[in-house]
Amino acid sequence: MIAFVGHLGRVTIQAVAKLGDATLFALATLRLLFAKPWQGKHFVMQLYAVGVGSLIIIVITGAFTGMVLALQGYHMLVKVGTEALLGPWVALSLIRELGPVLAALMFVGRAGSSITAEIGIMRVTEQMDALEMMAVNPQARVMLTRIIACAISLPLLVAIFDVVGLFAGYLIGVEMLGVNAGVYIGETIDKVNMIDVQAGVTKSIYFGLLIGIICTYMGQRATATTEGVAKATTQAVMLCSVMVLILDYIITSFYL
Amino acid sequence: MIETKALCKQYDDVVALNRTDLKISSGEVTVILGGSGSGKTTLLRLLAGLETPTSGSIIFAGQDLGKVSRKRLYELRLKVGMLFQYSALLNSLTVYENVAFPLVEHSGLDEEIIRTIVTMKLEQVGLRGFEDMMPSQLSGGMSKRVAFARALAMDPQVVFFDEPTSGLDPISAGVISSLIHETTMKTRMTSVVVTHDVQAGLDIANHVVLLWQGKVIAEGKPDMIRNSDDPRVQQFIEGRPNGPIPFSRSTTAYVDDLTHKPGCVRLEE
Repeated sequence: MIAFVGHLGRVTIQAVAKLGDATLFALATLRLLFAKPWQGKHFVMQLYAVGVGSLIIIVITGAFTGMVLALQGYHMLVKVGTEALLGPWVALSLIRELGPVLAALMFVGRAGSSITAEIGIMRVTEQMDALEMMAVNPQARVMLTRIIACAISLPLLVAIFDVVGLFAGYLIGVEMLGVNAGVYIGETIDKVNMIDVQAGVTKSIYFGLLIGIICTYMGQRATATTEGVAKATTQAVMLCSVMVLILDYIITSFYL
Repeated sequence: MIETKALCKQYDDVVALNRTDLKISSGEVTVILGGSGSGKTTLLRLLAGLETPTSGSIIFAGQDLGKVSRKRLYELRLKVGMLFQYSALLNSLTVYENVAFPLVEHSGLDEEIIRTIVTMKLEQVGLRGFEDMMPSQLSGGMSKRVAFARALAMDPQVVFFDEPTSGLDPISAGVISSLIHETTMKTRMTSVVVTHDVQAGLDIANHVVLLWQGKVIAEGKPDMIRNSDDPRVQQFIEGRPNGPIPFSRSTTAYVDDLTHKPGCVRLEE
């Protein structure tokens, strides 16, 4: 019993210490945003790697999410005779929830994992020390550029996800299932408000920042061995996915 | 030029360096010899300012490295080069971009001049014509030479070498050793080499420091080390498994462990 309590205490202390360490890491890194030299070119390169690199998977998941929403929604709404509301059903689900969350989860798998692995391997192969010895601050050059690239590219990817999803939903709903096009679009415009879009954008910015911080932090603190990097990558993906869902609930509760 | 005073470094409960006093003079090759776990890599990382000492001080160009600001440290590093054990070339850049990296970052020179300097540095290490290759396409010896060219790119006053010959074939190791020696003689830079390769170390050194358990146990000219009476020094140079530096690190009696006698400490518990 005492051993159990002791174990519980140790785990809790470790978790809190990690959280504090990660917060300090994030603050120290983000502070470098205002420090010279400015990392403009390297930041654009990261934006390309992280953002454009994730484009295909975002378009594919966006399309199929919109399609399945329309299909599923139609069969549910038609039972209560409200298939006229299919447009807003698809649009609101996508813009408020599924767009940010699913895009974030895909983004974690595609870009987040590679960030952790890359930073971990750079540490194993002394590349971080080499940068340091060449008087280039790795925290600004490597960490900061990736965090900001995540925070900017995820909202843009979510926007693409939403647009593709809406279009795919329209194709299924109107062209395949025969909902009236005027009703579909009219109801969508009528029911989707600016606050819904705002909720989606807010979520995606926070998700991007969160993913960037967690993935760079896990890479930076990974044990500098092959195993350590593998473990850190898995943990980063798990932690990001869970945190995205938790944060999603919290932000949603502010936008009802 | 570089001096350490009562330098200590401790990781959790492992003491890596124990009150080490060292003087490294300018314009020559100082070789720090020692076995695995003798604290030599730690010493090099401290000298390079990659880690901070637990106590004691490192005086580099008249300043205490443990106390200078990050900005000042980066200014000092413009005059310092380092060759890492695993080369540490930036994977995403070509050979040319790797060697040009410090110049592009700090020199403010035109691209044309940078190209000329990089060509000269690559010629120096015998790899002109390999500019467009990626680090992953190079052999271990070639990576080391590219890393060497990169370390020399800014014409540093001090260059640190971490195990420059380990993991290389004899010819590549010889090439690197003679590069270190020749470059130091030609440019009058200060070279600090950490290695466990006794022969290569003694051959290129002007000054040798022998480290054991985080302490300097002998130092002087290579011949002085070769002819030392200290049994620990002789054991290290001749590479004998037994002597004052024990081969076995086991902490329990062998017989007890084999017969699982109670009371003996099991290492995994």
